[in-house]
Amino acid sequence: MKKTIGVLAIQGAFAEHIKVLRKLDSHCIEIRKPSDLTDHSLDGLVLPGGESTVMGKLLRELALFEPLKDLIEAGLPVLGTCAGLILLAGKISEDDTIHFGTMNMVARRNAYGRQLGSFQTAAEFGACGKIPMVFIRAPDIERVGANVEILARVDHHIVAARQANMVVTSFHPELTDDLTVHQYFLNLVPQKTKTCVA
Amino acid sequence: MNNRYELNKNLAQMLKGGVIMDVTTAAQARIAQEAGACAVMALERIPADIRSAGGVSRMSDPKMIKSIQAAVSIPVMAKVRIGHFAEAQILEAIEIDYIDESEVLSPADDTYHIDKTGFSVPFVCGAKDLGEALRRISEGASMIRTKGEPGTGDVVQAVRHMRLINQQIRTIQNTREDELFQVAKDLQVPYELVQLVNETGKLPVVNFAAGGIATPADAALMMQLGAEGVFVGSGIFKSGNPAKRAQAIVKAVTNYNDAKLLAELSEDLGEAMVGINEQEIELLMAQRGI
Repeated sequence: MKKTIGVLAIQGAFAEHIKVLRKLDSHCIEIRKPSDLTDHSLDGLVLPGGESTVMGKLLRELALFEPLKDLIEAGLPVLGTCAGLILLAGKISEDDTIHFGTMNMVARRNAYGRQLGSFQTAAEFGACGKIPMVFIRAPDIERVGANVEILARVDHHIVAARQANMVVTSFHPELTDDLTVHQYFLNLVPQKTKTCVA
Repeated sequence: MNNRYELNKNLAQMLKGGVIMDVTTAAQARIAQEAGACAVMALERIPADIRSAGGVSRMSDPKMIKSIQAAVSIPVMAKVRIGHFAEAQILEAIEIDYIDESEVLSPADDTYHIDKTGFSVPFVCGAKDLGEALRRISEGASMIRTKGEPGTGDVVQAVRHMRLINQQIRTIQNTREDELFQVAKDLQVPYELVQLVNETGKLPVVNFAAGGIATPADAALMMQLGAEGVFVGSGIFKSGNPAKRAQAIVKAVTNYNDAKLLAELSEDLGEAMVGINEQEIELLMAQRGI
């Protein structure tokens, strides 16, 4: 049975995530309003790239914030890329804003400066080998706390990490053809048992 | 260079589903960011005022742009005159996030657009049909927006341009491969780009709506017509309650198919910009730079 993945679709590059997840045979739901969460039973959640200020604001105003936070805290597997990483960070450097704040780490917005600082590279991701990484006005992880496993570093920056059900990358796996990160995320989703339809 | 072009197209992808707002001061930029803008366009005068002031309109003072860069964390864009590559070099030097080579300013060159492939910073350009869009892309633009008719509060031209671009794309999609050479000739664009549109059924870069968008309903209309996000220029800070209108337009872009929510968002926004319709204006900015 296909895994049902909710993709937060209020702003940013959500269509790109959906494209990758479909390649990996997932069923995707665009999350724009609270009823999208009650109408479907999600096996996982993606918080895409975009502008974290926009998403943080819209999450609250569209009444998605509390139900999503509850799902994440209840252990729903979640992948946060770029702005999604900022949404999950327990603290944002030089900023008092906290969004979900469920992950024990300090993130820094625009860690590489403006668009001229955007770049592409390749680096090791966990035990999965070298993968391409695209950084667009990217954040990084300044430091991690207890129970957070560092999955990738580029130079001295931490650019991917995991804590229990939460995986974050400061780069954009949805912008390359490499499926490693999404596959890693889907592996956190428990296998559904096949329901028999006679 | 190719890598840089990909990264620049990627930044436009991150802006999708968002609203880019014209601002003239750091205070307005903060209001825009607070209201949920995904980027701001820094300029000295908004299009409606450029229109009423007349005269030559140029790139903004870099000091003013820098004050806006310092005030917000979202991307900051700024406009240069069509063909004015020296203005573009200046904006690149202050590390602008996106340059809008814009018909809103007075054109500096009536034949040539900027060779945008020579720059590291990304460019967005206006287009009123597919030929213009693909010509700008072949010159190195990494994002396209409709021209619309800036500073009017009249959405009719943005609608016309968005419909036309998408009609032309659909036509190309249904054209025999051996006829694409003639299409390229008719549109005066490189064959490779026509071939790409034929294969994918879309522009190879992100396409926003711009020019004349003044209400949440205007924004929803443009999104339903296929825009991937919207620019709002004079519509916000020329209206009675800029912060409230800005927030409403942001939410309308996210939920452009939810008529019930759009109805709520459209309530009690105060006065919209007065607006002038296309028959009443002497200067059609959309005619600049084709």
